[in-house]
Amino acid sequence: MSGLDIAPALHVSSHRFREARSIDWYRLEELLARIEKGKASSLDDDDLFELPVLYRSTLSSLSVARETSLDTDLVTYLESLSTRAYFILYGVHSPFWRRVSHFFANELPAAVRGMWRETLVSLLITVVGAVAAYAMVTANPDWYFGFISADMAQGRDPSATVQTLRDTIHGADPEHLGFFATYLFVHNAGVALLAFALGFAFAAPTSLLMIYNGCTLGAMVAVFASKGLGLEFGAWLAIHGTTELFAIILAGAAGMRIGMATAFPGRLARLASAVKAGRSAAFVMVGVVVMLVVAGLLEGIGRQVVDNTLSRTLIGGAMLLFWLVYYYLKPARSRAAAMETP
Amino acid sequence: MAVDRLQREFVTSEGIDLRLHLGRVSERAAAFIIDLVIVMVTLFAFTLLAITAVVGSGTKEAAEATGIIWLLGFFVLRNCYFIAFELGMRAATPGKRIMRLRVVARDGGRLTGEAVVARNAMRELEFILPIQMLFAYGDGWLSWIAGLASTGMFLAFPLFNRDNLRVGDLLAGTWVVRQPRAELGHTVGQRRRSAPEFVFTEAQLDAYGEFELQRLEDVLRREDDLSLIVVARAIQRKIDWTGGGEDLDFLQAYYTALCLKLERNMLFGKRRADKHSKA
Repeated sequence: MSGLDIAPALHVSSHRFREARSIDWYRLEELLARIEKGKASSLDDDDLFELPVLYRSTLSSLSVARETSLDTDLVTYLESLSTRAYFILYGVHSPFWRRVSHFFANELPAAVRGMWRETLVSLLITVVGAVAAYAMVTANPDWYFGFISADMAQGRDPSATVQTLRDTIHGADPEHLGFFATYLFVHNAGVALLAFALGFAFAAPTSLLMIYNGCTLGAMVAVFASKGLGLEFGAWLAIHGTTELFAIILAGAAGMRIGMATAFPGRLARLASAVKAGRSAAFVMVGVVVMLVVAGLLEGIGRQVVDNTLSRTLIGGAMLLFWLVYYYLKPARSRAAAMETP
Repeated sequence: MAVDRLQREFVTSEGIDLRLHLGRVSERAAAFIIDLVIVMVTLFAFTLLAITAVVGSGTKEAAEATGIIWLLGFFVLRNCYFIAFELGMRAATPGKRIMRLRVVARDGGRLTGEAVVARNAMRELEFILPIQMLFAYGDGWLSWIAGLASTGMFLAFPLFNRDNLRVGDLLAGTWVVRQPRAELGHTVGQRRRSAPEFVFTEAQLDAYGEFELQRLEDVLRREDDLSLIVVARAIQRKIDWTGGGEDLDFLQAYYTALCLKLERNMLFGKRRADKHSKA
């Protein structure tokens, strides 16, 4: 149907409205399409000045159309266009890589720092579990299998000879290092995520998991220490353990943060409180995953290659120092924390 | 109406309600499946590449490389994929784009990085971890039941709340809305100059309200012969039309006349929702 062939007197108002305003809408659509395709830099100054003006005029078209026109096609189109424009204009983001670097430079350390109370509790629970298990196994070696299942022990139990135990520490299997590291990482990531996820049940299961983790540690140490291999085992553990245990403690802390926020929401609604805690906890979990990747590499490759008690201890100590400085001493400004403080 | 159940008020700072529509559970499931397929295909491609690259050095290395790709690559790939795309300009993964969905902060503010990270970190717990448990320790029936129960509980979660939120959305303070890409169609009901004049009485125009007008708009936009005939007959019977004329011309004329009348009344604050409400 050509435009010329139309009886002019009988236009419904939406037709006149479209004719008067659609140039703006098409122009806005074109600019949005360019931005959505990631070619925002191709917009020149004029386009950028025009964008908010076009957006407001489209919004006003929408509210006029809703009140005066019964043309559903027009209203649907304007709703869709305004929504697209709204999210582009008000959801302005800095570039992806800048956000990532900002995250690791500022947000992550700030989130970990904000969780220091939970981290201390988590550490304390692990230590209590470890000391208790150590004492129990030392007093009566039968307790050992209460903490560690036979297939996890792989012969590292109180009845093993000194030589067998020493072999488990120093016997390196140079093949499949990469696969072994990956396997350990996935396993530990699972444990950490579990500690985090279980936090929702008011932090109780998380605490149990942390105690259990501590018990496993304590029982192992007790077996090796009783055979005079305490120091060597410590070094074997430390090379990756400082990173890995730190990560699991942080995961437990993140779980506790959510659990406590759900149990004691304070002045917020229970859900709102969980949401707030969930966000900072999610930040910490990203850090935990990164730490576990590092720990997996150290455990699967570093430990097999470096077979020397002193260097193992040094590497482990250096890693611990690095994480502590990064998380607690490095200056970091968090946007989220800055907004929270009144 | 089914549509209204998912409509949410979303007022911009200019004071206009954009009336967002939440994504249906079925649409979101479809989007997730598309994304999963893309990730899996990429993973297979990498695996093939790794196998062909190390095929000279023996099958043992190839097996090891495959193992690493599947364990670590899958973890890194799926998380980076979802987070990177949702942090992008359109706040949607390719699957969501195909299904015309996007992620939006529930409070109407900007979609922040931590919200995106939180909602995707929770996916690990909702979906991946239970599945992995299923495969890793899947020899006992108890772990099968535990895995299925926890996956099922998380997967069914969106069906049991008003806003179709998954647990990750709930915690991250986000929701997923539809963003249909509407094209501006032509105005319907424009009569050809050569078309004969149709004159309707007030009583004939009082037969219908806005709802019927908009259905008639649909019919005219589609211009499907059969529905044109059916609708024209129905209207002619209802308003006792005896003037004859082509079906298309008649419907366009009636649409225009009805639209003009209802829009005029609208300006005076008189709305008529459908034929059952008072004229």
